Amino acid sequence: MDALAGLRLALVFTIVAHLSLLARSSSLAPQELQIINAERRIDLTSHIIKVFLTLKVENTGKSPASEVFLAFPPTQADRLAVVKAQAAVGKRKKKTYLPLDVTPTELPDAPNGTKYFSISLLNPLKTGETVTLEVLYILTHSLEPFPAEISQSESQLVYYRDGAIILSPYHIKQQTTFIKTPSTKVESFTRVEPMNRAGTELKYGPYDDHQPYSFSPIIVHFEINNPFAVVEELVREVEISHWGSLQITEHYKLAHAGARHKGVFSRVEYQSRPSFSGVSSFKHLLARLPPRIHSVYYRDGIGNISSSRLRTDSRKSELEIEPRYPLFGGWKATFVIGYGLPLQDFLFESPDGRRYLNFTFGCPLAETVVDKLTIKVVLPEGSKDPSAVVPFPVDQSLETSYSYLDVVGRTVVVLEKKNVVPEHNSPFQVYYKFNPIFMLAEPLMLVSAFFLCFMSYVAYLHIDLSIRK
Amino acid sequence: MTMAASETAKGSSLRYAFGNVLSFFTLLLIGVLAFSIRLFSVIKYESVIHEFDPYFNYRVTQYLTKNGIYDFWNWFDDRTWYPLGRVIGGTVYPGLTLTAGSLWWLLNSLNIPLSVETVCVFTAPIFSANAAWATYLLTKEVKGTGAGLTAAVLLAMVPSYISRSVAGSYDNEAVAIFALIFTFYLYIKTLNTGSLFYATLNAISYFYMVCSWGGYTFIINLIPMHVLLCIVTGRYSSRLYIAYAPLVVLGTLLASLVPVVGFNAVMTSEHFASFLVFIIIHVVALVYYIKGILSPKMFKVAVTLVVSVGLVVCCAVIAVLVALVASSPTKGWSGRSLSLLDPTYASKYIPIIASVSEHQPPTWPSYFMDINVLAFLVPAGIIACFLPLSDASSFVVLYIVTSVYFSGVMVRLMLVFAPAACIMSGIALSEAFDVLTRSIKFQLPGVSENSQINGGDTSTGIVVTENDAGKSDKIEEPAKERSSKKNRRKEKEHVEKVSLKSKIEKRLLVLPLEASIIAILLLVLLGAFYVVHCVWAAAEAYSAPSIVLTSYSNDGLHVFDDFREAYAWLSHNTEVDDKVASWWDYGYQTTAMANRTVIVDNNTWNNTHIATVGTAMSSPEKAAWEIFNSLDVKYVLVVFGGLVGYPSDDINKFLWMVRIGGGVFPHIKEPDYLVDVCWEKLDDKLD
Repeated sequence: MDALAGLRLALVFTIVAHLSLLARSSSLAPQELQIINAERRIDLTSHIIKVFLTLKVENTGKSPASEVFLAFPPTQADRLAVVKAQAAVGKRKKKTYLPLDVTPTELPDAPNGTKYFSISLLNPLKTGETVTLEVLYILTHSLEPFPAEISQSESQLVYYRDGAIILSPYHIKQQTTFIKTPSTKVESFTRVEPMNRAGTELKYGPYDDHQPYSFSPIIVHFEINNPFAVVEELVREVEISHWGSLQITEHYKLAHAGARHKGVFSRVEYQSRPSFSGVSSFKHLLARLPPRIHSVYYRDGIGNISSSRLRTDSRKSELEIEPRYPLFGGWKATFVIGYGLPLQDFLFESPDGRRYLNFTFGCPLAETVVDKLTIKVVLPEGSKDPSAVVPFPVDQSLETSYSYLDVVGRTVVVLEKKNVVPEHNSPFQVYYKFNPIFMLAEPLMLVSAFFLCFMSYVAYLHIDLSIRK
Repeated sequence: MTMAASETAKGSSLRYAFGNVLSFFTLLLIGVLAFSIRLFSVIKYESVIHEFDPYFNYRVTQYLTKNGIYDFWNWFDDRTWYPLGRVIGGTVYPGLTLTAGSLWWLLNSLNIPLSVETVCVFTAPIFSANAAWATYLLTKEVKGTGAGLTAAVLLAMVPSYISRSVAGSYDNEAVAIFALIFTFYLYIKTLNTGSLFYATLNAISYFYMVCSWGGYTFIINLIPMHVLLCIVTGRYSSRLYIAYAPLVVLGTLLASLVPVVGFNAVMTSEHFASFLVFIIIHVVALVYYIKGILSPKMFKVAVTLVVSVGLVVCCAVIAVLVALVASSPTKGWSGRSLSLLDPTYASKYIPIIASVSEHQPPTWPSYFMDINVLAFLVPAGIIACFLPLSDASSFVVLYIVTSVYFSGVMVRLMLVFAPAACIMSGIALSEAFDVLTRSIKFQLPGVSENSQINGGDTSTGIVVTENDAGKSDKIEEPAKERSSKKNRRKEKEHVEKVSLKSKIEKRLLVLPLEASIIAILLLVLLGAFYVVHCVWAAAEAYSAPSIVLTSYSNDGLHVFDDFREAYAWLSHNTEVDDKVASWWDYGYQTTAMANRTVIVDNNTWNNTHIATVGTAMSSPEKAAWEIFNSLDVKYVLVVFGGLVGYPSDDINKFLWMVRIGGGVFPHIKEPDYLVDVCWEKLDDKLD
């Protein structure tokens, strides 16, 4: 019934969209490009939705085109974590992929608040030539639980909304969309013929000859019990000590963003029948940490959390943590993970004499979305001219913090980014100038303080303060 | 001849220097020992606040460090005793909180970013080290350096004190015991020197004790008792007056500045003894003064006149006082103090005081557990204190006698008894070693008087002991001691000669060589047994934080962290203003760890409120729901230990809920909740 209603709605929308857009479409197309073939694969197996888009673009205009635009409906644009593009070069066997720059742009007369990303091509596309583009974009917070509240014994169902037809400023000759669901348990989906369903895959299309800005909304209602682990706020502090260690402290504010828990929580049922009870909840989280890790701790505001396991080998360390209680929908937990790393693995000297820290951005927890990530790199006292190099846009600022016996304070490079997904776990660098003499400042201070202490005692012993002799 | 004399003088001053350095480092090591023996809890478990009351203190400290001292004094806490609230600033002994707060502030102003929790966890071990040093000072004033060092070592690891001061046990007693011993030290110091400087310090130290713990009443009763004892035994001197009068005046003024004490410092019966003795000491001082200026005959006439008039006045005053005191319902005594005087008082009238296990009288094994071999050494120490009896040693004897009584009434006061036992045992051990080693030394072949002085390095501690004992003997003489350092040095040389003379006398008190060696070995064995017991007690008996439970089974160690799981869940997944009802034991922990409003907590000031919760807990579901609903309760926290075999859960405490609830609401009757079969036995088991 739902599906039918959705279909009707979708049809109405399509017609309206067509009518309103047809009139203006000619003036909107930025360049005379058209997409010969488009294939889209939407992966819904996790709450981090990955969409692979393959576009075969042809220049039908007169002048060479240097950029290709991608269009997103405004609701999706807010939830976009990553948009990456690469161009396929070469023939079948020797195909190589070259990464391309993707930047968000504005276009005049964007219909209904459509948002754009522009892909800059390596070589301008001449008239009559074609290029194959591979685009990956990641959506977060796009699965809406329905029903919004479930009890302990129910499994979790969600809605996914998108269009059957790819939203694009170009004419698309032929297109297909594949949607992969985590299991075969699909409650309903919008039908836009031709389509078929096989196993865990829904296939929309192929559709021929769609005008620019064609849109046909679809809804897929399916079961997903994978953990919806969302870190609402993560603050990672990386403290550099030139005495040979890198101390990392990570403050997590974790939430289960799935369907809210309803009614009571029965621990007995949860533990005795794990396959039926609380299937959408999660107990374990895996943090992938660098190798040669030491002094790991896992605690929260009221003390150590005793449920964690650490496995280390030469290439990586894996910390398996359990929050104090299993997380059901809507439940939250905060905790801190801290560890030390050998400095020589991460701190290097660049040819111009500056030092730089090479560290991984993003969140070490597997399969989690971070709503707001703050990385604070605490440079040693006395370091100058800090600058950060991050492969994607982040907000940067500087702070000063005071730690053990600091006098002038330590410079802190603060990097902030919203909506971070595991794809952001790429290295970044922080460059700074440091004179090793500053390492001796604090020991010298302590030594002189003790020396003064003893001197004043010696002086006191030699003074007789009594009034009567 | 003169050259030889100057040489020996030089040698002895060198020995003094060496002895001082040695005792300084010994003291340092004692401090390290006192601190580190209390770290078992951190190493075995984690750096976390323990048990119940420490959580409240921790929360207050957090508030203090966050909002500052003025907000702290005015703090009305609306997150506890809902809907009544509690005035924290006026009902809490602020000493511990202020100590840890200023420690934290100091560290942070030096840019050492320790968290409030860390500072709180380690406050108790730090103050244990201080207490050990204070014990050294006190015992040194009584019986010399050797006894001081021994007593300090014993106190550093006495299990009774460890039980209240392991790392994480952030409770008033941790700092209060230090304050107690230090106040006693300053009192004795003033008594020995007659210096107003120490008298002032004494009043300040007493003030710190008043800030820290309700047990300050012990000081303000013990010191007057000792003053009275001195007067009665004819030991009145101006030094006694200086030691006592400023303490009462300054001390009372300062004590009434602490909000929780306030006018109680002059109005409750606990303090009357001090004022009475204050009057007596003035009368005695006046009598001595008049005796000095009148001829003996005139003096006799004056005495008969004054006594006859004075008796009449006294009778009138006492009658008025008795009438006043008798008119108040508790006779001017607080419930806890009354239960000290009459050990059966609490169980008769106040079930809440009786329900706390630390308010029960101790059993004999608990003496052995808490002070171990010291129990055997104490009598020897008392005997040593009478040879010879000085003002200082009579004070220590009085201290131990009274504290033995109090510890017999309440387990908790074992804590006051432990330092006295340590001091006594320190004196006993030190004297015993003194006698035994001297016997050996006199009898060893080839050891002459001369070589003993040169070879004194090996037994410096003992030589120093003798000298200081001689010094304290000298203090007995009415000649005033000067505090200037240079003069003191000269005096020491003088004392040396005196002690040489006494040494020859002591030659007659020599024990047989074999007996001495065996006795020393036995004493060392006894000491070793004590050390082993203390380390065991610190590591096994008293290190558990009680919020984390561990159990060993075939497949390794199991950790039960259910308390914190519940508190963490409450703090993250309920509304900030939700009310949580639980039995009062968990009140402090809920406010501190879960940050949620509770109905009752461990500060059991309102019996009716506790009885309301007790009634709800022991009522059927519908009635309980109505009670809880009227208190806006959204969550109820109950502890069930049946699954894992945790003995002190709410089922165990249930009878107390019934009793306390029934005490206020008569429709709750205890027999309704008991099975017919011999419920007396069941009751005993549940306790």
